[in-house]
Amino acid sequence: MTDSIPATPEAVRKSAAAADARRRRKARPASRQWRRRGLMAAYIVFVLLPIYWLLNMSFQSNTEILGGLTLWPETFTLEHYAKIFTEPNWYMGYVNSITYVLMNMAITIVVALPAAYAFSRYHFIGDKHLFFWLLTNLMAPPAVFLLPYFQLYYTVGLFDTHIAVALAHCLFNIPLAVWILEGFMSGVPKEIDETAFIDGYSFPKFFVKIFIPMISSGIGVTLFFLFMFSWVELLLASTLTATNAQPIASVMTQTKGASGIDWGTLAAAGALTILPGIVVVYFVRHHIAKGFALGRT
Amino acid sequence: MHKVQNNRAWWLILPMLLLVAFSAIIPLMTVVNYSVQDVFDANTRYFTGTEWFREMLNDPDLHAAVLRQFAFSLTVLAIEVPLGIGIALLMPKKGWQASAVLILVTMPLLIPWNVVGSIWQIFTRGDIGLMGWSLRELGYEYNITASPVDAWLTIVLMDVWHWTPLIALLCYSGLRSIPDAYYQAARIDRASRWAVFRFIQLPKLTNVLVIGILLRFMHSFMIYAEPFVLTGGGPGSSTTFLSQSLTTMAIGQQDLGPSAAFSLIYFLIILLVSWVFYTAIMNMQKDNKKQGEA
Amino acid sequence: MEWMVWTTPTTIFFSVIAAMLAGMTAWEVASPSIERKGFLPIATTRGDRLFIGLLSAAYIHLMVVGFTPLSLWLALGISVLWALILMRWG
Repeated sequence: MTDSIPATPEAVRKSAAAADARRRRKARPASRQWRRRGLMAAYIVFVLLPIYWLLNMSFQSNTEILGGLTLWPETFTLEHYAKIFTEPNWYMGYVNSITYVLMNMAITIVVALPAAYAFSRYHFIGDKHLFFWLLTNLMAPPAVFLLPYFQLYYTVGLFDTHIAVALAHCLFNIPLAVWILEGFMSGVPKEIDETAFIDGYSFPKFFVKIFIPMISSGIGVTLFFLFMFSWVELLLASTLTATNAQPIASVMTQTKGASGIDWGTLAAAGALTILPGIVVVYFVRHHIAKGFALGRT
Repeated sequence: MHKVQNNRAWWLILPMLLLVAFSAIIPLMTVVNYSVQDVFDANTRYFTGTEWFREMLNDPDLHAAVLRQFAFSLTVLAIEVPLGIGIALLMPKKGWQASAVLILVTMPLLIPWNVVGSIWQIFTRGDIGLMGWSLRELGYEYNITASPVDAWLTIVLMDVWHWTPLIALLCYSGLRSIPDAYYQAARIDRASRWAVFRFIQLPKLTNVLVIGILLRFMHSFMIYAEPFVLTGGGPGSSTTFLSQSLTTMAIGQQDLGPSAAFSLIYFLIILLVSWVFYTAIMNMQKDNKKQGEA
Repeated sequence: MEWMVWTTPTTIFFSVIAAMLAGMTAWEVASPSIERKGFLPIATTRGDRLFIGLLSAAYIHLMVVGFTPLSLWLALGISVLWALILMRWG
């Protein structure tokens, strides 16, 4: 009758002790630590495997790729990378992409900072609805805007320029920046603003000299997100450009030749698009977790 | 924070507003204009009224695409949210491992979307891809260009690979904001692992999770480049999602009117869903504040 | 502006929307709205109710156009009526 509900005080004490022992046995911190590490490692392998395969391909010659499956490059070659770094239309693809991404980051942060400040500090007519409208732009599928964008930028004579893509990406990057920055700014006590104004600071001087340094980590994280979303977006970028400002993504479609796909070059070009992201994420690694919660935890 | 009523704040908003309006309102107006006409060029166009809307709302291909889209979005959410929470709980909290794991986990998010498609194309091909080849060696006739089931599963797997990190990082940041004192109290109470999760960690996660689900839902709803590169929407149209149907119609067939009408319907679905989510987030924050004050 | 291919109905449509926004702003300046709870499950301000009204109007129009042979004017009538109910009691 050990399974039934204990009735006497003695039995209660005994079952409590048994439960305690069971729990202690279950805890066994060392083995659990290893199980955690094992699961984490399994996930990391899942993340890295496709990327490893891409790298593997990028170091193989096309004959080796098509000749049969090899788990690592047997004849290690850099020919695909050499091709990308010597042919102008290839490396210009990267230059173009980075150019419009940087332009977009600059434009976005300049207009988003004051706007986020206004949202975090003041109530004004229509603030809630304006904020919601901004967010709907974050959610608007680029496909919806494809044709009018083409027409619009063609009409104003910006088609196939970097600035066109930078402006188009403002559609979703500005709302995102305002959202993240507003979260970080709300974490700064209002007393700081008030003290500065009492001390005779003008608004622009206060904003640049005191406020911006205070939320610098927030700005860093915001810039990271702006980079990320502008860098990965391609539908608008390739629709708004032809040759002069062609992003790397549309250059990559050239690997589809008459004789099939040039797998090696495609893999090498893909591998190179991962690099800038890793560099950027390395710089913000300490603040990134907070940034993902939009500064709101 | 107590906010002051001040309508001059509009001046701070104005530059941002003009820029977003340029990118959002002018094109939206144009889409509305397209949707009621049959446009050949700016001078040759005919007013059609609501005809395109009627046609689009009754188009069986689009019904199928909408259903597929919802099925896809709900599937990936159902996998990514629990998996993301799990990863976040497993991620190391201190030291160099924390930074290393953070960077590795973030990596898929920083890859251009069409490259994600290419990576998986290379990875899953039967002849040269590790996954495709292994599955065939194990005796499974894996073929994403012929079998809709394989294509569908591969796209879901790709999306899980690509976007689970977002949920995981959001949850990770939520977990990091829990003070150690809570865990100590739980240890003194001899709370079980499940109780710690249920009563300490999960409440802290709801806020970030709603943001995560909102972002994930919206992004999965506009998925385009990855399946386009990987399967091209096929076999047949089994993996053609909304954005791709729309892009094919607008760019491929140059049907301005119907694709504009379709865009607006698409946009209205998005608008409704995001409004519901947004209202939920705002009400939740209000409740949190009330609890904080009480 | 030529490329935007304006038509009379869409011009009227956007003018009405713009006029509504201007009107709501003026009303808000004259007498600020207070959040209150009506028959909707959430507390709303005037602006929220207008938005809900407009969004449901869009869906009503789509339903009527897509799945019934009824006239568009009927949809407009229902929408206006519903929007008024929302503004007053929502």
